[in-house]
Amino acid sequence: MSDVTLNDMLGQGWRKPAFVKNPVLRWALIVGFVAYLIAAFMTIEVDWGRVYVGLDRGWAFVLAFTSPDFTSRWSDIWSGLLESIVMTIAASVVGILISIPIGLGAARNIAPLPIYFICRGIVAISRALQEIIVAILLVAIFGFGPLAGFLTLSFATIGFLSKLLAEDIEAMDRVQAEAIKASGAKWMQWINYGVQPQVMPRLVGLSIYRIDINFRESAILGLVGAGGIGATLNTAFDRYEYDTAAAILILIIGIVMALEYLSGIVRARVQ
Amino acid sequence: MPLLEREGAQTWRKRTTGESLIRWFGWLLGVAVFVYCWQIISASTTWFFVWDAPRIANDIWTRATPPRWEYITQLGRPIWDTLNIATLGTIIALFLAVPVAFLAARNTTPSALIIRPIALLIIVSTRSINSLIWALLLIAIIGPGVFAGVIAIAIRSIGFCAKLLYEAIEEIDQTQVEAITATGASRWQVMAYGIVPQILPAFAGIAVFRWDINIRESTVLGLVGAGGIGLQLSASLNVLAWPQVSLILLVILVAVVISEWVSAKVRGAII
Repeated sequence: MSDVTLNDMLGQGWRKPAFVKNPVLRWALIVGFVAYLIAAFMTIEVDWGRVYVGLDRGWAFVLAFTSPDFTSRWSDIWSGLLESIVMTIAASVVGILISIPIGLGAARNIAPLPIYFICRGIVAISRALQEIIVAILLVAIFGFGPLAGFLTLSFATIGFLSKLLAEDIEAMDRVQAEAIKASGAKWMQWINYGVQPQVMPRLVGLSIYRIDINFRESAILGLVGAGGIGATLNTAFDRYEYDTAAAILILIIGIVMALEYLSGIVRARVQ
Repeated sequence: MPLLEREGAQTWRKRTTGESLIRWFGWLLGVAVFVYCWQIISASTTWFFVWDAPRIANDIWTRATPPRWEYITQLGRPIWDTLNIATLGTIIALFLAVPVAFLAARNTTPSALIIRPIALLIIVSTRSINSLIWALLLIAIIGPGVFAGVIAIAIRSIGFCAKLLYEAIEEIDQTQVEAITATGASRWQVMAYGIVPQILPAFAGIAVFRWDINIRESTVLGLVGAGGIGLQLSASLNVLAWPQVSLILLVILVAVVISEWVSAKVRGAII
């Protein structure tokens, strides 16, 4: 038996199919990506001497996590933390309350076209501007303090929650809503009995998730003077008090973990 | 079904008396907490500034418009840096997130008792601290500049990518893995041919999604000195050059919209 027929009988060896099927596009992507990477690495200036000097400090910071100092600056930490929590709660409540009507307005199957465009516009603006930039502007307008942070978080909550609520309403089951309408319900009754029960579990889940996000964001608003634990943390870094900074970070991580655990329980219960 | 006896007739109610009392107290408690939070915010607010806010806002608006268009020539390099921070940060994060995700997923972790909790701790702690705080920390350690920004974005993204990835790994179709195992494949071969092809689309989606978020975050990293367009923003804010601020904000807005568009297109093509 010759080699050719043996190969024919065995067939070709199997090869993994490529992720991008079109070979021209695949190679263009690979070459373009490599070229970009080279260009990017060329333009980043890394002062390795400075990095090497800093490694000691990095190690000191890692060590600080084994002996966090909660006590010596406890009053500062506590007031910052309390301010963060207060801002989170107040902003979440106000943000959720405002985002419900806007979410209704941004759902195409409920709202008339002009209202739909207005509400979608509000959502788009709120989502495009980041919290920290909004905070800078609001601090310039309203002065330093937690009010600016509260307004920032409320504004950010509106964009997040309204968009997801509107998407949920648009994906709801029309049949139930129509049944309520057929029984002669007014608009408010229609929303209350036809729409609200369908979106409520998800709204509760998203709200809890947003509280979690708001707390995390409130930790950085202090950097620009909008109140919260961020100012304390910034001071601790500036003074190289790594043990205090580590204590603050541990507290933030702990609270976020607790909130995440809580939101898991709540979401499991409502769904 | 809870019923109310009144004048001999039975009326249907949604809840029993005990349940409605508990609900009522829950709402009371919620409102009380909110009022308390609002009082704290109100106490640390200078209300004179708030009443003066419309005038200040108007003043800033007149100063900020029109934007100083010719300043855009100086923004080329910062935008390039911002893009690099986001892209390189995402790439580094993905390299680190893949092993963490495999260690954290229930079906691939080598040890559910010891290694999985460690991996989950890495995910939670990197996720719950904002990239601005990571940047603050890294600037204290390795000095200000683009490099600190890249590392900050990378660390912050590990938790996010690893969490989504390990959820994707836990949802894979086990029969494919079994089929590969039945051919006598080694552990690594099972991973390469049984698991990886199933999570590759999710992986690409996560990468692009996180890249989009990172573009947003890297635009403000400069506020704490970690390179990118935020440096120009903070410099302009410090000298109250409002026309430059408004131009930078416009550029950031355009960058965010473009990155969201790109990410939506790519994800649409993959999934």
